Amino acid sequence: MIEFKNITKRFGDKLVLNDVSHAMQTGKTNLIIGTSGSGKTVLQKCLVGLFEPDQGEIIYDGVSFTEMEDEQRKLLRQQIGMLFQGSALFDSMTVEDNVKFPLDMFTKDSESKKLKRVNEVLERVNLVASNKKYPSEISGGMKKRVGIARAIVLNPKYLFCDEPNSGLDPQTSMVIDKLIYDITKEFNTTTIINTHDMNSVMEIGDNILYMKNGKKEWTGNKKDIIFSENKNLNDFIFASEFLQGAKKLRMMEGK
Amino acid sequence: MTFFTHFGRYILMLKWMFSKPENPKLYWKEFMHQCSEIGIGSIGIVSIISVFMGAVSAVQTAYQIVNPLVSKLIIAQIIRDTVILEFAPTLICIVLAGVVGSKIASELGNMRVSEQIDALEIMGINTRTYLILPKICAAIATIPMLVILSMVLGILGGRITVGLSGIISTETYDMGLRELFVPYNVFFAMMKAYTFAFIISSIPAYFGYHLKGGSLEIGRSSTRSVVVSCIVILIADYVLAALLL
Ligand SMILES: Nc1ncnc2c1ncn2[C@@H]1O[C@H](COP(=O)(O)OP(=O)(O)O)[C@@H](O)[C@H]1O
Ligand SMILES: [Mg+2]
Repeated sequence: MIEFKNITKRFGDKLVLNDVSHAMQTGKTNLIIGTSGSGKTVLQKCLVGLFEPDQGEIIYDGVSFTEMEDEQRKLLRQQIGMLFQGSALFDSMTVEDNVKFPLDMFTKDSESKKLKRVNEVLERVNLVASNKKYPSEISGGMKKRVGIARAIVLNPKYLFCDEPNSGLDPQTSMVIDKLIYDITKEFNTTTIINTHDMNSVMEIGDNILYMKNGKKEWTGNKKDIIFSENKNLNDFIFASEFLQGAKKLRMMEGK
Repeated sequence: MTFFTHFGRYILMLKWMFSKPENPKLYWKEFMHQCSEIGIGSIGIVSIISVFMGAVSAVQTAYQIVNPLVSKLIIAQIIRDTVILEFAPTLICIVLAGVVGSKIASELGNMRVSEQIDALEIMGINTRTYLILPKICAAIATIPMLVILSMVLGILGGRITVGLSGIISTETYDMGLRELFVPYNVFFAMMKAYTFAFIISSIPAYFGYHLKGGSLEIGRSSTRSVVVSCIVILIADYVLAALLL
């Protein structure tokens, strides 16, 4: 479980995160949702320490991350996997070497054992026959999948995904959502996903934090969303008339 | 930002660069890779410049020494000393500041912009140790060798030129080379080479690693790093000459 309390972050005069508190649960897909620019990426980066929050505390399974020394943070980070918004693959390395890199760095396994593990995770993300390609030679969706493979190759306890399905077609998006969901359940990871994709919200929203202008606006799960009275949330999730209709239908079914 | 903020952050970068490698084997591999990028990758340009540098100084020295009373041997000595003292270490390092420095700055800048540095950091890797230290070590290991190569080729270039253009015979040239040779000059040149190697690698690494903004900044910061490196090389050149000569 990752808890955070009263996180505040400014860039110059701009208040990007305003007193945000929430708990991300173990074995669940925890979603941070909100429009572009609402502070999702900054919040995620604060949680892993890529940004230092100006105020607030972050607690990983009972241990304060905020008070950790650099060395302790380094050790904790070996249990963190992260998928970046732009995938952040190492462009001097092939797909295979990208995924193998954490293994090379942190394990003493034999080359064949490492390759076996690499192929295992690449298969898991449905990416075969691209091992020897460079990141510049594959599509955006494939990059995301390599990014996920690299993030999960060491079986992390905490998995962070920044918009795993932005820029992908709906079908591939669903595949990736399902994949992250399955991994979370199988390995009991604490998974945190930034998204503004309403399909993801309704499919895998175990625990949802809705952000608006850097503030916590609403929390709940995918069922709560249907019955939520929060106007901002409704306008955000059920943006089109078609979706408004779908919501009404669901509400009638539910009641 | 003021000069002092930059300088402070530069010193901190160097300080934090020293930490225990998570996996020494991978760091060694990276070091070797950088040696080949920085060292072997620059042999071509260094060779071409050195030979022409020697050739030009031969022609120009001969042009200036027309007095028949001055021994012809002195032409060889002048070429030898200018090549060893100034041309090979300083000129070559200024060229390398462009070649190697811009490569280091843009490589790190690109990794910063595309969040590859963040990705490494999140894995629990000290990115300063993994990305910057091998580059600086590789520069310090290979650039002095390039300077020695440049000395040899420069003097050789002069020899070929005097021979071909008939300024003096190559035998006279060889004799001149051996006369009044001061080994300390080579030591001095090597001190310069080590200092410049450090400058050429650490300053661009600073600019690349601390890059802020988008991909447009990559080109800008690599230009800036080359300019700053060149200026610092010239200042260091003066300071070393004042201290050691
Ligand atoms: N490094 C930065 N420096 C200054 N402002 C930033 C930085 N990163 C993000 N911001 C600002 O913070 C706000 C939230 O950004 P972000 O978290 O990326 O939004 P999103 O919810 O789309 O991920 C934006 O207004 C952005 O301009
Ligand atoms: Mg974002």
